[in-house]
Amino acid sequence: MKLPIAIHAEPGLAATRREAMKWMAASLALAGAGCSRPAERIYSAAAMPEIAANGSPIHYATQLVQEGYGLGVLVGTQSGRPIKIEGHAGHPSGLGGSNAQAQAAVLQLWDPDRLQTVLRHDGPVASIATWADFAAAWADRPGHGNDGQGLALLTGRFTSPCLQAQLASLLQALPGARWHRCDGADTGAAQRGAALAFGRALQPVFHFQHPALIVAFGADPFAEGPGRVRHAADWAQRRASDLAAGRVPPRLVALETTPALFGARADERWACTPAAIEQLLQSLAARWLGGSKPVDADASGAEARLAELLPAFDGRLLLVGGEALSDEGHARLHALNQRFGSLGRSLELIVPPEDDGPLPAPATLAQLLDAIDADRVNSLLILDSNAAQASALAPRFAQALGRVPWTAYLGLHRDETAKRCQWQLPMSHGLECWGDARSHDGSSGLIQPAIAPLYDTRSAHELIALITPGETLRDGHALLRRYWRAHDAAGDDERFETFWRETLRRGHVPHSASAAQSVPHAQLPSGNPAAAQAGTLWGMFPPDASVGDGRHANSAWLQELPRPFTKLTWDNVAQLGPRTAARLGVETGDGLLVTSDDGRAHPATIEIPAFVQPGHAEEALTLALGYGRSEAGRIGNGIGVDVGPLRGARPGPVKLRAEPSGRRHTLALTQVELDDQGRAPARRVAFANAFDMPDAAAPQPSLYPPVPHNGPAWGMVIDLDACIGCNVCTIACQAENNIPVVGADQVTRGRAMHWIRVDHYIEADGCSNVQPVPCMHCENAPCELVCPVGATVHDSEGLNLQVYNRCVGTRFCSNNCPYKVRRFNFLQYAETGSETAKAANNPDVTVRSRGVMEKCSYCVQRISRARRDALKQGHGVGGDDVVTACQGACPTQAIHFGNIDDATSDVAAAKRSPRHYALLEELGTRPRTTYLARIDLPAFKKEGG
Amino acid sequence: MSSVLEGRWGYASIGDKIGAAVLQHPLGWRWLLAVIATSFGVLGFLTAIGYLFGKGVGIWGVNMPVAWGFAIANCVWWIGIGHAGTFISAVLLLLRQKWRTSINRFAEAMTLFAASMAGLFPLLHLGRPWDVYWLLPYPDSMGLWPQWRSPLIWDFFAIATYLTVSLLFWYVGLIPDLATLRDRAAKPLTRFAFALFALGWRGEARQWARHGQAYLLLAGLATPLVVSVHSVVSLDFAIGNTPGFHSTIFPPYFVAGALFSGFAMVITLAVPLRSAFGLHELITERHLENAAKVLLATGALVAYGYGAEAFMAFYGGDRYEIALQVNRWTGPYAAVYWSMIVCNVLLPQAMWWRRVRRSALLLFALSLVINLGMWMERVLIVLSSLHRDYLPSAWRVFVPTTWDWLFLVGSIATFAWLFLLFVRVLPLVSIAEMRELVHERAEGRA
Repeated sequence: MKLPIAIHAEPGLAATRREAMKWMAASLALAGAGCSRPAERIYSAAAMPEIAANGSPIHYATQLVQEGYGLGVLVGTQSGRPIKIEGHAGHPSGLGGSNAQAQAAVLQLWDPDRLQTVLRHDGPVASIATWADFAAAWADRPGHGNDGQGLALLTGRFTSPCLQAQLASLLQALPGARWHRCDGADTGAAQRGAALAFGRALQPVFHFQHPALIVAFGADPFAEGPGRVRHAADWAQRRASDLAAGRVPPRLVALETTPALFGARADERWACTPAAIEQLLQSLAARWLGGSKPVDADASGAEARLAELLPAFDGRLLLVGGEALSDEGHARLHALNQRFGSLGRSLELIVPPEDDGPLPAPATLAQLLDAIDADRVNSLLILDSNAAQASALAPRFAQALGRVPWTAYLGLHRDETAKRCQWQLPMSHGLECWGDARSHDGSSGLIQPAIAPLYDTRSAHELIALITPGETLRDGHALLRRYWRAHDAAGDDERFETFWRETLRRGHVPHSASAAQSVPHAQLPSGNPAAAQAGTLWGMFPPDASVGDGRHANSAWLQELPRPFTKLTWDNVAQLGPRTAARLGVETGDGLLVTSDDGRAHPATIEIPAFVQPGHAEEALTLALGYGRSEAGRIGNGIGVDVGPLRGARPGPVKLRAEPSGRRHTLALTQVELDDQGRAPARRVAFANAFDMPDAAAPQPSLYPPVPHNGPAWGMVIDLDACIGCNVCTIACQAENNIPVVGADQVTRGRAMHWIRVDHYIEADGCSNVQPVPCMHCENAPCELVCPVGATVHDSEGLNLQVYNRCVGTRFCSNNCPYKVRRFNFLQYAETGSETAKAANNPDVTVRSRGVMEKCSYCVQRISRARRDALKQGHGVGGDDVVTACQGACPTQAIHFGNIDDATSDVAAAKRSPRHYALLEELGTRPRTTYLARIDLPAFKKEGG
Repeated sequence: MSSVLEGRWGYASIGDKIGAAVLQHPLGWRWLLAVIATSFGVLGFLTAIGYLFGKGVGIWGVNMPVAWGFAIANCVWWIGIGHAGTFISAVLLLLRQKWRTSINRFAEAMTLFAASMAGLFPLLHLGRPWDVYWLLPYPDSMGLWPQWRSPLIWDFFAIATYLTVSLLFWYVGLIPDLATLRDRAAKPLTRFAFALFALGWRGEARQWARHGQAYLLLAGLATPLVVSVHSVVSLDFAIGNTPGFHSTIFPPYFVAGALFSGFAMVITLAVPLRSAFGLHELITERHLENAAKVLLATGALVAYGYGAEAFMAFYGGDRYEIALQVNRWTGPYAAVYWSMIVCNVLLPQAMWWRRVRRSALLLFALSLVINLGMWMERVLIVLSSLHRDYLPSAWRVFVPTTWDWLFLVGSIATFAWLFLLFVRVLPLVSIAEMRELVHERAEGRA
C-alpha cells in the first residue's frame, strides 16, 4: 500500500529509515482515525432532512477563507468524508455561487503533500517532533524571559474576529512583540486610495444590482477581490430581471490591459496600457473635479466616450478600479464615484474587515525585514503566509529568514517559507477546524469542520492559544465559543445555544454586514501618473486565474483548469498583443527574455513563453504570478516561471524590456482554434430582436418515429447571456464526477478529460464569446448508433448513458459526435492506488479505468437520488428537483436543468425563450442541451438616455 | 489465344521447377538472411503489442477529436491490399483469364497475410482489447447482443467471412500441389506433413472433377466478397455523420482503391519473386503488363473518386464539406494530400506507355509509389475528416508517435516474414494449374 507521506527527497531532510517507519505508522494510525466526525457538535445546513440515510450526502454550512475573506459554502459529506463543495444560497458572499478555488478545496484537504506532523529543522536535518516539543521550545526561545521584545509575528491577511481578539490578547501579554502583515499579491490599492481621498483606509463594497452603467478601470470585478462571486451573481440577477421586463440592462464598459471576464461581457471595451488607464483617470478627474490634466492626450477615444457616458448616467453609475491601479488612481476613482453620486447607492465604503477589530495597525513586511537587518528580531512566528514565495519582497525575505535565531511556521504545506524555518507546524485545513471569518461586505460567519483533522494538525486559533501566556483553553471549538459567547449573545446561556446552533446551520450571522461609513468631500491626489512614453513596455503581475499567487499550485484540478481566454493549463505565459508580438518577432510558444527596466541596480531577467492574445493591450505584458515554485509539492513544483523577480517593491505595473530568447515552448492548451470560422456556435442577438426571434427551434423533419419516453424528460439550457466564462462549472463537474487529471503532457496531446468545457471564440470585431459545452444528450444521438457493443444507450427519461463496464473502447462514438464532448481514457488516468484518492472520490460515481469512454451524464447520480427520494415520499420527481454540479456552482445561474415536459419548471421556461437555439441544429440530432443566445445591447447614444 | 506460358515445359519440368523452391531450398542463405531481418521486425511488432496492451492506446498519437489514427488507416490499407488476391483467384477464374494461373497462388497468400494484418489492427486499436469477444453474438447470461446498427459489427463479420473464404479457397487450390510435393519429398517428415494436408489426393479423375466443382463454387462465393468486404469497411466511415466520411461514393471508391493497391502489391511481390526463383518464363512480361493495365483502370477510378469528392463538396454546398475540402488542400495535412495525388494519380499515368508496362523495374518502382500513395489516402481519410469537424473549439491535429510508426513498420515486417515462410514451405505458383496450361498449349498445337 502506498501511503500519502510527503517525504521529499532533498538534502535538507535526511529522514532515517527508523523515522520514516515511525512516520508511516503514525500516518496509518491517522488514516484509520480519519473520516470521523469532529468530536464537537456540528450542525448540518438548515434545509437538510432530519436524518440523512446512509449513502445520502450531509451538507454543512461553513465558510472557506480566500485571501482572508470568507466565502459561504455548503460542504457535502458522504460517510463522514467531505466530497463536494456547493455554493450557499443564503450567504451574502456568493448567493449560492462559488468559484474554482472553492470547488478545489476538497482536493486540497486530501492533498497527500500536506504538512502532516510537527517537524523540527535543526541544522541540515529535519526530524519529527510533537506539539509538546514545540511548546517547550517556545517557552525556551531566545528572549523568552522578557515581555516579548524581539518577537515578531507575521501573518497573511485575515478577517477572523476570534483570531483578531486572540492576537490582541497575545500582544497585550507580550507588549514587546510586533505584528506584521503580508497582504499577498497586490491587494489593498482601493483602501490606500481611500486613505488619500478621504483620509482613512476604507474598503469599497459594490452593489452590482443598482447601477445602470458600470465602468471598470483595469479591473475584473468578476474574477478578483473577495466579492467576486457576489458581483457576478448581482449583475446576472439584475440583467435577467431587466430582460424579463423588456428593459435595457446595465451596460458594462471596460478599460483593461489583459482580456478578462468583465471585459468579455462589456458592451464597450478599450484595450489600454496601465499607464493609459491612469492618464485617462487623471483626465476625467480634471474634467469634472479640477486638478491638473495629463501631458498626453488620449488617442483611443475612450476619454471622449466616457465624457459622454458618465454625466448621462449620473446617479446610476459605478466606477471600479483594479488592484494594479495606483493609489492615486484609486483616489481619483473614489472622487469620481462621489461626484457622480455612486456612494451609498451602487457602492459603500466600509472599515476593512481585516482592520476592524481590537488589533493595532499591523507593521508591514518591509518593516520586518528592516528589523531583521537591524538584528532586532530574535524569534519569528509565521502564521500561514508564504512570504518567501508570494510577496514582492520574497527573495529578500527568504534570505533574512536564515538570520533570525528562532523561527516557526504554521501552514498547510512545507512551502518555500516553511523550509527555511526551524519549526514547521502543520495547520488544520479549513474543512477540519473551527473558526470564523468575515465576508467582502463585513458579514461575520462561522467555520465548522466537516471532518476531524486527518493529521496531527492545529488551527491558527489553537496555536495562538498554545503560546498565549495565561491561556488555558486549547481546542478551537472552545476558543471560538468563548469569543462568540462574549461578543454576540448577551448573558443568556440558552439564547447563546440557540444563536450558536442557528448560526452554524445558516453559515453566517444575519445583518452583520459592516456599516457604511460617511466620508468627507474627496481630496484629489496631487501626484501625476507617469507619462505613457511611447515605446515603454509595461508588465502586469496579476495572480493566476487558477492557482492565485501560488497558494493553489499543488492542486491538480486547478492546474488543469483551462485559464479563461488563453485555455492554457499547467503553465504561465507572457500574454501580449498581436502588434507587440510582431514588433518583438515572437509567436505563441516562442520564448521571451523579459528584463526589468525600472532603474533598479540589478535588473532581473526571466525566460517565459509568449502568448499572443488578440484583445490584449499593445506594449504591455501580462505575467501571471503563482508559478515557478520549488516547494509547492509534487504537483506544483518546477512548472511555469516565477515572474516575481520582475515585480517592483511597490504594487502595480513595472517597465520591462523584452526580446526573443530563441527557445520554443510547448504549451498545454485545451483549445487551439479560437476563430469560429463564421459558424457562430455561440450565437448573439441584437437587443431589439431578442424578444421576437423567429421560432428557430421547430424540429427538423425525420424519417424515424419520435422516441417514446416515460417519466421526466431531462434537459438543460445554458444561457449564454448570463455566462461569464469563469470555468467554475468545469471544476465543479470534475469534483462531482471523479474526473481524472491527466497532466500537461496529455493535455498537450489533446486528452483533457473535462466533461463540460468552456469554449472561447474571438469574433472579427475582437469580441470574446464563451460557451460551456457539456454532452448534448441528443434524442437522435449519433454516438448510440455506431457503438458495436451497445455501451452508449438512451434511457426512458432521455438521458444518453455511457455504460462504462460494457465499453470496449472503439472510440467510434466520439468520431460520430458532432460536438466532440466525449472523453476517452487513453491511459490509466484515474488514480486508484492511494488512500487519499480513495477517500476523496465521490462514492456515487464510478471511477473509470483505461480504455473506456466517458462524458457528461447530467449528474445521473443526482437524478437517481432525486428519484429515490421522491419515491420514498410517494410523489414524482419535481421539474426542478435535480441540480447538476455545474448548475449548482454557477454564480450567474446561467445553467438551467430539469424536466422539460413539466411546463412549470425553470428549464421549460428557458426553452420557451425566443433566444432559444440548439447547437448544430441542422444535423437533426435534437439535442436536449440547448442554448439561449447572448444579447448585444443597443449602442448608447447621448440623446437616447 | 497465345499461351501465357513461355519456353518449353512439360508436366515434370513444371513440377521440378516450382517444387524445387520448396524441396531444394535454392535460395539458401539469402532466404535465411531475409527471414532473420524480418524476424526482428516481427519481434518489434510483438514487443509493441505487449507495450500497447500494458499501457493503453495512449502510446499512440490519437486524441480528441482524432480518436482513430494510424491503426484504422493501416487496417483499411491492409484489407485493400488483400483484395487483389481474391480478385485474381476468383473473378479472373470465372472470367477465364488464363494469365492468372501463375500469379494467383502467391496473390492468395498475400491476401491471407494482408487480411490477417488488417484483422489485427481493429483489435489492437480497442481501448480494452481483452473484451473484444463482446463483438461476437454469443449467448451470455445477461442476454446482451452486439449492437447490430453499428458498422463495426458489419465490419467484424465482413472481415471474418473474407478471411475464412480466402483461406478455404487457397487451401482447396493447394491440395493437388501438396500431393505433388508429397510424392516428390525425400525426407520422411516433410512427406508426412505434405501427406497430412494433401488429404489423400491421388489425382483420380473423380477427385479432379469434385475439386474443379468445389473450386468453382468457392470462386463464386468469393467473388461477391471482393465487392462486399471493402464496401462494408467503407461504411465504417460513410455511416458516420462527420464531413468527409458521410458520402455515398465511399463503397465503390474503396473497392477501386483496394484493387488499385492490391494489384500494386502483387507487382511489388511478383517482380522480386520471379527474379529470385528464376520464374521469368512462368511469370512473364505479359503478366506484368496485364497487372499494369488493371492498375491504370483502377487508378482512373480512384482519381475519379478524388474528383467526385471535391466536386460534390462544392456542388452540395454544405459549408462543413467545403471547409473540409479546402482544408485538405491547404490545411495541416495538405502535403500528404498532394503527395497522394502525385503517387496515385500523376505518376501511374506513366503506364500508358507500353515500355513502362513491360519493364519489371519501372513497374516495381511504380507499385511501391502506389502502395505509399494508397497508405497516405487511408491516413487522410481518417485524419483529415476527424481533426476538423463541426465545432472549431474541438479542432486539433494528430501527430503520430514513434509507436504509431512502429506498428506500421511492424505489420509490414510481419507480412513479409509470413510471406517468406510461405515461399519456403509451399509452392508459390500453382503446379497443377500450370500443368493445365502446358496441357492446353499442347492441345493447341495438336
